[in-house]
Amino acid sequence: MSQTVVTPPTTTESPKKPGKTVLSEGKRAERRLGWLLCAPAAIVMLAVTGWPIIYSVWLSLQRYDLRFPDQREFIGLENYIAVLSDGYWWTAFGVTVLLTVVSVAIELVLGMLLALVMHRTLVGRGLVRTVTLIPYGIVTVVAAFSWFYAWNADTGYLSDLVGAQAPLTEQIPSLLIIILAEVWKTTPFMALLLMAGLALVPDDLLKAASMDGASAWQRFTKVMVPVMKPAILVALLFRTLDAFRIFDNIFVLTKGANDTSSVSMITYNNLIKGLNLGIGSTMSVLIFIAVAIIAFIFVKLFGAAAPGSDQEGRR
Amino acid sequence: MGSTRTGGRGVVRWRAAAATCAALVATPTVAACGSDGGMQINVYYAPEQNFQSVIDKCNEKANGRYEIVYRTLPRDADGQREQMVRRLAAEDTDLDILGLDVTWVPEFAEAQWLEEWTGENRSDAEAGVLEGPLSTAMWEGKLYAATKNTNVQLLWYDERVTPEPPETWREMIDMAKDLKAQGKPYEILFTGAQYEGLVVTYNTLVASAGGKILSDDGTEVVMDEGALDALELLKEVSSSGITDPSLTNAQEQQVQQAFEAPGSNSAFELNWPYVYAAIQEANPERAENLAWARYPGIEGEGPSRVTVGGYNLAVSKYSQHKPEAFEAALCLRSPESQKFSAIKDGVPPTIESVYTDVTPLDPSQPEDAATNPSMATAYPMKDVILEELEDAAVRPLTPVYQNLSTITAKVLSPPAEIDVEETAQELRDGLQKALESKGVLP
Repeated sequence: MSQTVVTPPTTTESPKKPGKTVLSEGKRAERRLGWLLCAPAAIVMLAVTGWPIIYSVWLSLQRYDLRFPDQREFIGLENYIAVLSDGYWWTAFGVTVLLTVVSVAIELVLGMLLALVMHRTLVGRGLVRTVTLIPYGIVTVVAAFSWFYAWNADTGYLSDLVGAQAPLTEQIPSLLIIILAEVWKTTPFMALLLMAGLALVPDDLLKAASMDGASAWQRFTKVMVPVMKPAILVALLFRTLDAFRIFDNIFVLTKGANDTSSVSMITYNNLIKGLNLGIGSTMSVLIFIAVAIIAFIFVKLFGAAAPGSDQEGRR
Repeated sequence: MGSTRTGGRGVVRWRAAAATCAALVATPTVAACGSDGGMQINVYYAPEQNFQSVIDKCNEKANGRYEIVYRTLPRDADGQREQMVRRLAAEDTDLDILGLDVTWVPEFAEAQWLEEWTGENRSDAEAGVLEGPLSTAMWEGKLYAATKNTNVQLLWYDERVTPEPPETWREMIDMAKDLKAQGKPYEILFTGAQYEGLVVTYNTLVASAGGKILSDDGTEVVMDEGALDALELLKEVSSSGITDPSLTNAQEQQVQQAFEAPGSNSAFELNWPYVYAAIQEANPERAENLAWARYPGIEGEGPSRVTVGGYNLAVSKYSQHKPEAFEAALCLRSPESQKFSAIKDGVPPTIESVYTDVTPLDPSQPEDAATNPSMATAYPMKDVILEELEDAAVRPLTPVYQNLSTITAKVLSPPAEIDVEETAQELRDGLQKALESKGVLP
């Protein structure tokens, strides 16, 4: 489906500044060897990520429907015009954005609470952390099926509980259930990332703040959150990128009926069901661009540190 | 989803890498296992309980020249189509015989994935086949598949509630309203979820009203008077409080379950013949009073014209054993095989003579409903099915049927909120775009 290769932002120049220092013969040989050793991995990476991206961009510029092999032709940006002027696409886009924003916001709050609990736990810390992670360890499709049956009018206990007859046949209740399933599933992941951030907050700082008369809430907002900011941003970045590509929960819960399709869902329908490689690839490319924009915003504007770079965010 | 980071444990990483390599090395060997020994003809077909017995018999006839192997496809139609399409697009030579839903033949033929049936194979595949089902195996005047079984929906009702079945939708709606007023079971159940089943219902209504959705050659949207009447009727049935409240969630299975549930509120069910066998176990009491009739028609337009379903067998263009594949396919859908499948699996035959066949399954033994059934004992509704099949309606024959269906189901959902003029216009626009395969699918 959609590729989400987030190109790491240009890292700060390597400390040695290769152009300026003259390398000895041995150093140069060593460096050459280094490149040679890296090459296979780098080539494989390029082949499995770079080539599909280029190929889908190329496909997106063609009229290419598997059912009409003779009509294949280059049509420039026509597919993009078709998709971007289509109501179904924008509905799906709106639904995706809504799902992303709401579920990530809820996950952040719940994840933070969970992280604080895990951080403060004194006994059985390992056990508590493992238990919290269980939802994240369950395959999404499996979890989605149990939600599906729980909310189904014939087999479900949850739909009886809230007195709704068939919540998965209406748009708003369906979206709420999808969000619930997403939140249940990925809050632990969020909590884990945030807990790593909590570990960065020195206890001395908190003690000093409370000596100065800061209330618990003030200690949280004025001391912990600023110190944790890089971890929060990374957690948000990961989850936003993930949430934007939401597919499996929707696929199982509603199959996109009643205007609950996400962009990934609609891409799947056009590509795999509709066999329209042109339109489908166009959508994949658009998702790729959207994901790249999200990553860009997080990295450049909020200063989230890209995973792997050596700096801890630029505040 | 998520990232997979394996800490700094080199050993773990090395082991994972080794496992991956082992898997990579092992895979081709596994894939190659299938091709040793004699010639294999792979049949990709939907799950059908006793289809293996049909295959076994055909293997006996082949006498060791080849072996037919049953490769079961997923249960749902989308899953079946996806698997075959994906493999055909990659020119997979393992596929020999394909089990195609009646709506897929034009699509697969247009994509040049099917081998045409010619000469003797063609005349064998066409002999005695009912016209409706046969037309689903053709594309542009050529035969691309042999009909395996067909299917039509019937009206199922409870003799205790309505001793006389309704003949038209108008009668049925009035009866349902009366029954509701009298506090008796009253609901009319049909497939109303946003999926192919809703399109089947709508197509039957349009054809019964003498209307058309597409032109005969499948290139232009017509949406005539009959199509509008059908919209009107669909809206009326769905919004008058005489169907199941979870209509928009109802696929075949839900419809069947709602009818056979103890204390069911339903009086009428529009569904495929398989419900006859299903209800015998689920609700024996209702099964005793279960009766069937021809699908109701539209007032003033004569008897109904019901949409045909079913499966056709085609030979893949990429098959490496085409002559044998044709022969095997012909055996799998021969009159004897069709009779066997009808009696054992409840799928209606496409060959007319099978309906009047009176010999039991094992001709050497006397007929017995339990151990040696015949068409008459195992398939009591065969006459009504045949009657419907004689002037059946076919879903629009076009390579982009999948798109049409997706859009139609979307536009018609939920049926209670249809606005005849507006919905018709939306259908015209959406279908025209789909025909050109330019639009975006919802």
